[in-house]
Amino acid sequence: MSALGYAAVAAQTGAVVAGAPLLTGLMRQVRARLEGRAGAGVLQPLRDTRKLLRREPIAPAGTGPAFRTAPALLVATTLVVATLVPLLSTDTPVAGRADLILVVALLALGTVTLALAGLDTGTAFGGMGASREMTIAALVEPTLLMAVFALSIPAGTTNLPAIVDGAVREPDRLASPAGLLAAAALVVAVLAETGRIPVDNPSTHLELTMVHEAMVLEYAGRDLALVELGAQMRLTVLLGLLASLFVPWGIATSASVGALLLALVAFAVKVALLGAALAAAEVFWAKVRLFRVPELLAGSFLLALLAVTASYFLSGA
Amino acid sequence: MSDSAYVQLLDLACGAFLLAAVVILWRRELAAIVRTFALQGVALAAIALLLGLHEGRADLVAVAAGIGVLRAGVLPYLMRRALTAATADRRPYDTGGAEGRETRPVVNVAASLLAAAALTLLAYAVARPLVELDPSPATRALPVGLAVVLIGFFVLVTRRRALAQVVGFLLLDNGITATAFLAASGVPLIVELGVSFDVLLAMLVLQLLTARMRAAFGTTDLDDLRELHD
Repeated sequence: MSALGYAAVAAQTGAVVAGAPLLTGLMRQVRARLEGRAGAGVLQPLRDTRKLLRREPIAPAGTGPAFRTAPALLVATTLVVATLVPLLSTDTPVAGRADLILVVALLALGTVTLALAGLDTGTAFGGMGASREMTIAALVEPTLLMAVFALSIPAGTTNLPAIVDGAVREPDRLASPAGLLAAAALVVAVLAETGRIPVDNPSTHLELTMVHEAMVLEYAGRDLALVELGAQMRLTVLLGLLASLFVPWGIATSASVGALLLALVAFAVKVALLGAALAAAEVFWAKVRLFRVPELLAGSFLLALLAVTASYFLSGA
Repeated sequence: MSDSAYVQLLDLACGAFLLAAVVILWRRELAAIVRTFALQGVALAAIALLLGLHEGRADLVAVAAGIGVLRAGVLPYLMRRALTAATADRRPYDTGGAEGRETRPVVNVAASLLAAAALTLLAYAVARPLVELDPSPATRALPVGLAVVLIGFFVLVTRRRALAQVVGFLLLDNGITATAFLAASGVPLIVELGVSFDVLLAMLVLQLLTARMRAAFGTTDLDDLRELHD
């Protein structure tokens, strides 16, 4: 029983680490095909990582521990989130500790370490990227919390596995206005948190309003590989969280080998579909001006707040 | 229709009704605002229709049909006509006028969205004693109507374009109608008809007014009307 639970946690973490580069490759491939290019193939991020791992990391002169520890911290926080969030099974040994507030705080910790590293380089680019990242993060975190609170009111707890468990057993929680509004708000928050198109352009170093790229501009070699892996894993975990909360079917609610394998396949399919849909949508979207980003995020925060009020008042609390 | 399905559908219609009001605050293009307003009319008609079906009252269903025709058909059509009249004589790519957009609202969009959140919470807080008088699925959604009334007021006072202010006025009226339906299953038919005609007349008058304003000043920005001319 507990052995299976630990196996579920290990499988989930392994799936995120192994699947994150593949997901990024898939998204780039979808984009390339839609734009009429051949694309580099799904395995290209893995090849990039291999290439970077062979090179020595170079730290700019004058950088301190903030710069050097940031890549490891980013990957570590994301790994902990990947073990906690119920991606495959709601019945794991860590399920009791997988609280929403803890997960959001860990994500925020990763963001802060990277922003500090960007400041630590002392370049204008790094500082600008860090300040923008913090602006966006300050607007995104409340939205993330609020959107999931709307789902945690009917469940009566902020424990993520309990929320997913309740949604599997009572699907009409998700078809309510609160569920739909929360889904819309969470999608916008995930896009902003992972620096996708409407907020930030992930595929260029030459963007005036770049956010994420500006902070990691000074990294090289193994450190850069870690930073890239951390960003890819964050995207995978957040898409997985989205899938678990709003499309919870296929997640194992009890410990059995068959259910676990089914959940693994379902997780891969759901996240791949979400990623492909996101990549396809990005082709048609333009990036929002940086000064319009607060507007977008205020809108999504409002949606999340409406979701919370609707779930509190309309459900006859 | 089973009870649980009725509650689900009513909640969904109320959610769409409130969401449309929020989207009106969010968008800048007047054409998109008018489209969203038409969708809100559909949601309002759906609320009335659901109540009519649930209580088995034919007159409510008739009122729902009337509301659907007026608020999702006639009023958006009139507004679209006013809008095309306002933008037709502009050359394409003429950015000087920007008649088709709410360029500089008095309160910027992010702040007005946060204000809408506060107004919604206020509506919930104010409506609590009302809901406790007779808790039922319909009265529980009562705050949604009040919130739309408040958001309508907000649009009315923070927008500069005449047409956007008209939409604010109509939002106000939509909210009042929704509140009436949810609280008391609708006002008497004759009152509803009278109010609808009033709104239609007001709309026609405002359309004439915008046309005359454009002829006189070349813009529908009401902030330009500060001083008297002879």
